[in-house]
Amino acid sequence: MVISNPFAELSASMPPAVMQTYVIVMALLVVGGTLFDILHKRSAEYFFDNWRNAKNNAKRQVGSGEMASIAVRTAVVDVMTSGEFCNARRRIAHLLTMYGFAIYLVTTVIMVFAYPTPATPAPAKLTTLWYLGALMVCFGGYWFWFFIRADVAAEGNSPFRFVRADLFIVSLVLSVTFGLVWALVEAAGGTGWAYFFLALYLIATTVLFGSIPWSKFSHMFFKPAAALEKRVAEANGTMSNLPPPADAPRIYGGGYKHAHHY
Amino acid sequence: MPTFVYMTRCDGCGHCVDICPSDIMHIDTTYRRALNIEPNMCWECYSCVKACPQFAIDCRGYADFAPLGHSVRARREEDKGTISWKIKFRDGREKNFVSPIRTTPWGSIKSPAEYAAPSAEAMKSQQLAHEPEALKIDSLPTLSPNQFKQGLV
Repeated sequence: MVISNPFAELSASMPPAVMQTYVIVMALLVVGGTLFDILHKRSAEYFFDNWRNAKNNAKRQVGSGEMASIAVRTAVVDVMTSGEFCNARRRIAHLLTMYGFAIYLVTTVIMVFAYPTPATPAPAKLTTLWYLGALMVCFGGYWFWFFIRADVAAEGNSPFRFVRADLFIVSLVLSVTFGLVWALVEAAGGTGWAYFFLALYLIATTVLFGSIPWSKFSHMFFKPAAALEKRVAEANGTMSNLPPPADAPRIYGGGYKHAHHY
Repeated sequence: MPTFVYMTRCDGCGHCVDICPSDIMHIDTTYRRALNIEPNMCWECYSCVKACPQFAIDCRGYADFAPLGHSVRARREEDKGTISWKIKFRDGREKNFVSPIRTTPWGSIKSPAEYAAPSAEAMKSQQLAHEPEALKIDSLPTLSPNQFKQGLV
């Protein structure tokens, strides 16, 4: 009975309307927090300034067809497969966390709105996906948190040191972890502990969605924009002031095949 | 010209933190992106500029000879064994340079960790670890006391 809809079981003590209102409030916090973040940090202004500069200094015009192709490549390579990461472990952890969170979020919304009570049983595949998404977030998130993030891997700081940059990842993994533990405890029938973990789940989730102006949550919006800008700058020849790719690899590249330096 | 980081290009991988010989490239505690915490202590070795896989690090010229509007960008291409530099002046002039990164195959130079640990006895020597064989010479040149200037010893 582990793979059950925890929200349907919760409906015995909490009306579905309350759960649905909470989800809507969280969605509003995401929208409001992101807009505030964009205005406060002036990230949109920075983006459009850069965009205008790149357009004014363009060495060649990028047509609408090419622009569409760049947008598709950005979506597929940079967003859907996290192609920006040069570190394979980090890329895998990011993909696990990203897709896990997307699955977990969508299934949560579906279960809360479409299958909120035991009278409307959720399909087993849907509840399984909820657990699977949560486990993916936990695996990718804790892997990143304890081993991969630069604070630990490069700086040598303790994995338990907490700074503002950690607000997003910590609230995300704690929200999902507490959600998972709450669901398992509730399915096992431990009512008191279930309420305890439900409270922790709600606190962590509220922090996750309510802390957007102070956390890295909105990177999921501005990173794709930055990736698109980078690709457009490559296409229109400005290349963000970078030198063009070297055109003489045979001369220089051949040098290290015939090492005579030592 | 000390370095600085374009935060939107940086992905916080930590390569610059690892490579900085001055230990001034660090990870920012607000956004987890790299930053040069002490530009006036920067050796200007450009190791971080060259190591950055995202080309997110640029050089900030001193105002007296490289005022606002200039840029110094590097593109490192390991597969070609090249590093390209683009120097942009404030008046719009540009200079481009391409140089080889190295002349030996990647991975052909042993890292310090691959050498045997020096013995405790070797700690008493004035030679550094694995000298002189790692320098590919028989012995280090030395000065005998009679070669010194009179009055020094």
